Amino acid sequence: MRIGSPELALLVLALPFASFLAIGLIRPLRRRGRPAAAVSILAMAAAFLTAGALSWQALPVARALNPSVLWSWLPADGGPMASVGVWVDGMAMQMCVLVTLVSLLVQIYSWSYLADEPPPSLGRYYAYQSLFAFSMLGLVLSPGFLQMFVFWELVGLCSYLLIGYWYDRPSAARAAVKAFWITKLGDLGFVAGIVMLWSGTGTFDFWPLFQAAESGSLHVDGLTTIMFLIYLGAVGKSAQFPLHVWLPDAMEGPTPVSALIHAATMVTAGVYMVARAYPLFALVPSVLTLIAWVGAFTALLAATMACVERDIKRVLAYSTVSQLGYMMAANGAGAPEAAFQHLTTHGVFKALLFLGAGIVIHHFHTNDVFRMGGLFRQRPWVGGSFLVATLALAGVIPPGFFSKEAVLAGVLHAHLSVPFLMLMATSFLTAFYMFRVVFLAFFGHAHVHHEHPQPPVAMDAVCRALAVLTLALGLRAAIAGHHVEGPGWLPWISLAWAFAGIALAWATYQAGRLDPARLAAAFAPIDFLARRRYFLDDIYGGTYRLLLLGLSRVVGWVDRYVVDGVLNALSAGALRAGDALRRIQTGQPQDYVYGVALGVLLLLVWAQLS
Amino acid sequence: MPLHAYLVLAALVFVIGLFGVLTRKNAVGILLGIELMLNAVNINLVAFSRFRADLTGLIFTLFTIAITVAEVAVGLAIVIVIFRVRRTIEADHLDLLRG
Repeated sequence: MRIGSPELALLVLALPFASFLAIGLIRPLRRRGRPAAAVSILAMAAAFLTAGALSWQALPVARALNPSVLWSWLPADGGPMASVGVWVDGMAMQMCVLVTLVSLLVQIYSWSYLADEPPPSLGRYYAYQSLFAFSMLGLVLSPGFLQMFVFWELVGLCSYLLIGYWYDRPSAARAAVKAFWITKLGDLGFVAGIVMLWSGTGTFDFWPLFQAAESGSLHVDGLTTIMFLIYLGAVGKSAQFPLHVWLPDAMEGPTPVSALIHAATMVTAGVYMVARAYPLFALVPSVLTLIAWVGAFTALLAATMACVERDIKRVLAYSTVSQLGYMMAANGAGAPEAAFQHLTTHGVFKALLFLGAGIVIHHFHTNDVFRMGGLFRQRPWVGGSFLVATLALAGVIPPGFFSKEAVLAGVLHAHLSVPFLMLMATSFLTAFYMFRVVFLAFFGHAHVHHEHPQPPVAMDAVCRALAVLTLALGLRAAIAGHHVEGPGWLPWISLAWAFAGIALAWATYQAGRLDPARLAAAFAPIDFLARRRYFLDDIYGGTYRLLLLGLSRVVGWVDRYVVDGVLNALSAGALRAGDALRRIQTGQPQDYVYGVALGVLLLLVWAQLS
Repeated sequence: MPLHAYLVLAALVFVIGLFGVLTRKNAVGILLGIELMLNAVNINLVAFSRFRADLTGLIFTLFTIAITVAEVAVGLAIVIVIFRVRRTIEADHLDLLRG
């Protein structure tokens, strides 16, 4: 049944698009809200089932000429410029399942979470959701860089639309614009890189490029620069160190959006792209080393910021940035399989964490973890689900345990000792900040006593489903046995670090043995910097003010005084000359006759002389 | 009489007319000066026509006389209208076109 698979993939892609078109174009459907949501959810469910059927078929692993449906695009004299269509391999297939699954669960969750929204807004929301699923699937199934770039930008657009869903809130509108601009900064590098690659090789398509790269016949001038530029796109999208500032702000969107876009799918596009184009990156070791260092540094930096954050969603956002750093470090260390494995497992349990956080926020009516407490006793199912995801994220239980092991082993295997140490420190911090949230929100004393409505059934059910899924994935990984080729001490050290982090969080926030203020004082400089987000936002703001506003001021001065000055001088001169010249017009007819007579006389004299 | 006698006469009449146009302050006087200049030209045309035995000049003159009549009629009408509006026909006071 291998023949049918690319057509199935095409169907996966077409279903969300059809739903988007239906909701977007049929106005009564969109304005009524609920029916639009039903259409979107049904289409997504069908897409998920199709993707599941697709993954059921035995497909060859990556890096083979996979079954695909391709059309040529942009005909030119020397043949078509690029192929579009779907290109199915093991990686794309798994991503399809992940994207459709998380999208489906998030859409079901949103049904309850956004129940109080006015119907037209709800219709708009589901139109965006369908478009987002379509864009992400198109990106995943791209057979070449050009189609990937188109969908890459569509994903960015959907992210902008969904972060700014509550566009009448100034903070949400600002966050949406910030996310859009900062990712665009990286996308500039991406588009420049793929165009340079095309001008060097004459193709955008993965298959010929990979073949040439693996047989060593790819000779392009400045390949290092090209791959660095392409990597810049991933830096923006996957929130790597200098461009990570948009992701925490993106939490202004509705919580299901955060779960979908900023945890499970969109931000993973950068990691996926690097893993997908790995045969090309493998040719440039210097860029790979850079990717590993930046990834490890991002992981550590974001983890320190997560330790001091009070907003539960922002803690999760920083933890996403941190985990993306892990994946990128694995990519850079030459272990794209480990990166991809961590991507899929992280996608599942991070979605669960965000959706659980949505219920927590719904329960306490606040985002501040210090004003929560004691939820575990009231909502054991929510607490249990959240705890499962937290343990997986901290790398204590599978599947997070195995995927994190794979990443660490990969980095160690590549002899990147400093990034490895950074990642080890991060796994300690990860356990610490995640259990800080767990102890503060789910244990301890309830601070506020007011009416706690039962969470809606759909939200609860989605969380339970994801928790079961996380455990099932872990079970499958455990049964399959993990094939991490690392030293035998690695899992034990890693586990010990994680438990140390949990113990520190317990001693500080649960048992009260340690005073948080004293802990902060012990790490005063880091605490100071992390609370101010390492001044990165200020640096960006300052650069903006200094460069852009300074330049605008100079340009404004030139316009006001140089350009306008020349024009004003010209017009004033014309006015003055006209004023002087008009005095020769006396208005007396006889003066004009004098003029004519004099002129005739002069002509006569001239005629006589010549 | 030789041709140049007629031409001298015509030149004299023309210059007298020009002098009138330039010096008269009364608009009617200026019109009279213009008439004299036109008739000086007519004399020239008739004289050349006579001496060169070419009828074109004569016919041209007839046209000129007819047109002159019309011109005077229009000119005097303008003068009358100006007098009605401005209560003067002194050329020095009619300087609406002064810059």
